[in-house]
Amino acid sequence: MAARRCSASVVLLFLCGLSVFVAANEQNTTPTGGYRAAEADSPRTPAEAAGHPAAEDGRWEATEVGDAAPADAEPDERDASRPGTTVPQPKDDFQEELVIRPLHSGDIYASFQFRTLWETDFMKGNKVSHYRLFPKSVGQVISKFSVRELHISFTQGYWRTMQWGQPFLPSPPGAELWVWFQDTVTDVDGMWKELTNVLSGIFCASLNFIDSTNTVQPSASFKPLGIDNVTDHRFLRYATLPREIVCTENLTPWKKLLPCGSKAGLSVLLKSEKLFHSSFHSQAVHIRPVCQDSECKTTSWELRQTLNVVFDLHTSGQGKREWSLFKMFSRTLTEACPLASSSKIYIDITDNPEGELFELTPATPLLSQAVLMGDRRTFSVYDLTQQITFGTMRSLNLLIRWKSSEGHMLRPLLHAERYVAGYGLQAGEIHTLMYNNHPYRSFPVLLLDSVPWYLRLYVHTLTVTSKGKDNKPSYIHYQPSKDRERPHLLEMLIQLPPNCVTEVTVQFERALLKWTEYTPDPNHGFYVGSSVVSSLVPSIVAMDTNSSLERPLFSNFFPCKEESSYFVRIYTEPLLVNLPTPDFSMPYNVICLTCTVVAVGYGSLYNLLTRSFQIEEPSPGLAKRLANIIRKMRGVQPL
Amino acid sequence: MAAPLTLLLIVAVTIRAALYRSSLAELIAERVEVVSPLTAWKRVVEGLALLDLGVSPYSGDVFHETPLIIYLFHFLVDYAEITFMLADVITAVALYITVKDYNKQVFRKQKFALEADRYPADCLELIRSPKEMYYIPLKVAMFYLLNPFTILSCVAKSTCGLNNAVLSLFILSTIKGNVLLSAIFLSLATYQSIYPLTLCAPALLYFMQRLYIPVNVRRASFWWFIVQFAFMYLGSLFVIICLSFFLLGSWDYLPSVYGFILSVPDLTPNIGLFWYFFAEMFEHFRLFFLCVFQINVFFYTIPLSIKLKEHPVFLVFMQLAVIAIFKSTPTVGDIALYMAFLPVWSHLHRFLRNIFLVSCVLLACSALFPVLWHLWIYAGSANSNFYYAITLLFNVAQILLVSDYFYAFLRREHHLTYGLYLKKKDGSEATLILK
Repeated sequence: MAARRCSASVVLLFLCGLSVFVAANEQNTTPTGGYRAAEADSPRTPAEAAGHPAAEDGRWEATEVGDAAPADAEPDERDASRPGTTVPQPKDDFQEELVIRPLHSGDIYASFQFRTLWETDFMKGNKVSHYRLFPKSVGQVISKFSVRELHISFTQGYWRTMQWGQPFLPSPPGAELWVWFQDTVTDVDGMWKELTNVLSGIFCASLNFIDSTNTVQPSASFKPLGIDNVTDHRFLRYATLPREIVCTENLTPWKKLLPCGSKAGLSVLLKSEKLFHSSFHSQAVHIRPVCQDSECKTTSWELRQTLNVVFDLHTSGQGKREWSLFKMFSRTLTEACPLASSSKIYIDITDNPEGELFELTPATPLLSQAVLMGDRRTFSVYDLTQQITFGTMRSLNLLIRWKSSEGHMLRPLLHAERYVAGYGLQAGEIHTLMYNNHPYRSFPVLLLDSVPWYLRLYVHTLTVTSKGKDNKPSYIHYQPSKDRERPHLLEMLIQLPPNCVTEVTVQFERALLKWTEYTPDPNHGFYVGSSVVSSLVPSIVAMDTNSSLERPLFSNFFPCKEESSYFVRIYTEPLLVNLPTPDFSMPYNVICLTCTVVAVGYGSLYNLLTRSFQIEEPSPGLAKRLANIIRKMRGVQPL
Repeated sequence: MAAPLTLLLIVAVTIRAALYRSSLAELIAERVEVVSPLTAWKRVVEGLALLDLGVSPYSGDVFHETPLIIYLFHFLVDYAEITFMLADVITAVALYITVKDYNKQVFRKQKFALEADRYPADCLELIRSPKEMYYIPLKVAMFYLLNPFTILSCVAKSTCGLNNAVLSLFILSTIKGNVLLSAIFLSLATYQSIYPLTLCAPALLYFMQRLYIPVNVRRASFWWFIVQFAFMYLGSLFVIICLSFFLLGSWDYLPSVYGFILSVPDLTPNIGLFWYFFAEMFEHFRLFFLCVFQINVFFYTIPLSIKLKEHPVFLVFMQLAVIAIFKSTPTVGDIALYMAFLPVWSHLHRFLRNIFLVSCVLLACSALFPVLWHLWIYAGSANSNFYYAITLLFNVAQILLVSDYFYAFLRREHHLTYGLYLKKKDGSEATLILK
């Protein structure tokens, strides 16, 4: 354990290599449950280590250990008794869960996570042909394209950090795809091209529009989240399609990857007519290799499918501050997915410990705690694998009825936004604002900007200012664009001073494109993908040094390293930039007119070059000429 | 004669220095008529910034200057304003000396011809007097230094000013008869922007005339001289290119500079003919028209040199004009260089046909460029066609101007041979026509 914590603290020193979704998902209660808990813990994840000090904290734990233990013991018995999984150690495993968090704005945030683990080896020429829980299409993609990690997300809407807090899994508007290839791959670009086309088919999305003009290789912002931390960014490809519109045709193939499809378990809630009637919708697939046990002797592949939705209370609840599963999804739950080893619903009740904010029915005795984004959250847990959860009605319809609209949210410590300044179609300036809301600690952030080539960035105009002073980035990785080949890539490590705004500006020039390079609606503008801000943010738990009222004195003198910061990645808004346009209606006219001018030049010079000056002899009249012809025939002298 | 020139230089430098200090400088530096992607100072600074970041400036598509320019400004970036003013002064002085020398030669030739009684009797009024030729060099310097186009170009710190300085030094060394220096400056100019390659022909013709080598393809001495000149020219070009290679350690600059000039991937609007044509071009014909338009620049060299083999300096003027009109990314700085030669041909004015119309069109277009640009880019009340129409008109006017001067020159030569007042067979007054 000491070694693990040591390695975790070493990793903490680096900004990179942090697993954001393990952080989001880590729980105090799970370690009691056999091999499965060990699988969940990647030895490198600091958030896992962050969980342990909390486990030693007696006062917080006492209330819930008694509750949580039976809940976790139960699935093991089910596993053993279930036919079909009688083999000593099943090689694959499926878990599903739904987290519901009432947001302070009155909206409801629902986050589904489905995890399939499979202890197999797609690499080294292994021909894997027998698939059980793991989707075959994904497995074939992994082995065919030598993928080490694959992260793909489709998002409709923009996550409002200042109103909603941090999401469990951040994603930019549109489609985002980033892939780490195995280091045996020689032609990474060729593989990437093929892979995007295949994924485009699998997810029914326009991923085939990913080409070299919107693909970058970030040097620091995107590190592998799984094991074998090779960090040569030659094997990394990152691309976003900010214009991609996500809809039901993307959801259906995504649901097909689930072992239960949309037939049973939590996935019956995924009805597209409700999911897309929401303020924010994001679905993602993450594939990575993880450790099977604490020594990491065997590795397995993890397929994590997530779906995050934010429902607007007023549209889904007809103005009443009250919602239920049925109102949100027009379905209730009747069973867990029979293939799932764990199936749970978590309701975030951190702000509602005494039930003063809202009322939750049916009530559940199970509670769970997790440190999430540096914040200790309490959840009510509904275990769908227990029949008692469904009660006498044989169906579970969670209902939250709000009692008061009070409540405050801790401001997110890190927040970023972006806009284009300037007017006219010639030049402009991109402003990125990053807010550090921590009262007294500064922390570094990595800013990644990928700007298409037709906005020509001038890196010498880059300025970083905080509190009116110049703030020189300690690391800049800049790759200039190539026309019609590759975008600009700008990565910077910036130290954000506490409690202030840091502004990054860079000027650009708008290019005039060929008329065939414009989109069919050129005056709508061109999208520029979100910038990515990745950071280790000091945690809120460790933020207040003077609120020692609820904790024993010995536990909080020195700030505890593991708990003191957590990894956050946030995305800014995508930009919409107008470019100057030629007149699309007159290519023929332009070709004719320009060629005429060239011909005028050619003609006048040709005229002067080939002819010589002569005295003008007036040509005789027609009658005279005719007379001369006749005279010539007669052999008489002409007139 | 030195005092007025000094005064002129002081005035010119003062105007530039005042404009550098004013808020207009930034506005001018953004104008697409004044700077092109090839010559923009902003891009030079960007190249230097990329070098500082440890990125090759040629790895992106922002910087298209030659390596020598970037190394020049690596040391001179803090003295950029002085450098550009100095470049203009050098150009003006070089042109001044050139024209002065040229006028002496013209006068001497005229004297020989008069003594040999070669001119027809009625041509005396075409003979140029030393008095009217006296102020021409000063006028040339003034036309260059006080031309608004040059001033704008200098205030915008367009590297076109440096190219003009190299070109004027080339012309000066040619007139002075220094073959080696001429070849070196010509290769420098070629290195900066391919097109001055066509100036080889007038230089060769001038040297042959000066060294009494007959321009005859069957004579060995003709070919021997061409080989000598080509050796010097290509040798110095080779040295410069290799030097650039060793400065940066890679050949990346070749596609980035010359590929850029020839293939025109950047369609930023300018006063030339290329940008809108290739923005609207059907992809299928792109390469074909690219070749046609680029060949067009080089195409006139041989016929012009055959026609003007006795008059290499006029040939230089014609070539400079053709380059400035038909090159892929022209700026007003290029136009300023050939316009500086106009006072040299002041004796042709009586034969010009439509100089009034052409000058009005040129002036009107120069005023309309910023107006229509504003309407298109900022106000949004016009579209690209408006600006394009003005570029077309501007180029037509330039073509008419150049061909008018060419016509007048040929006509004067004709009169010098056949007499000024030509008669028809029946004794009535004749009109000259081209046939």
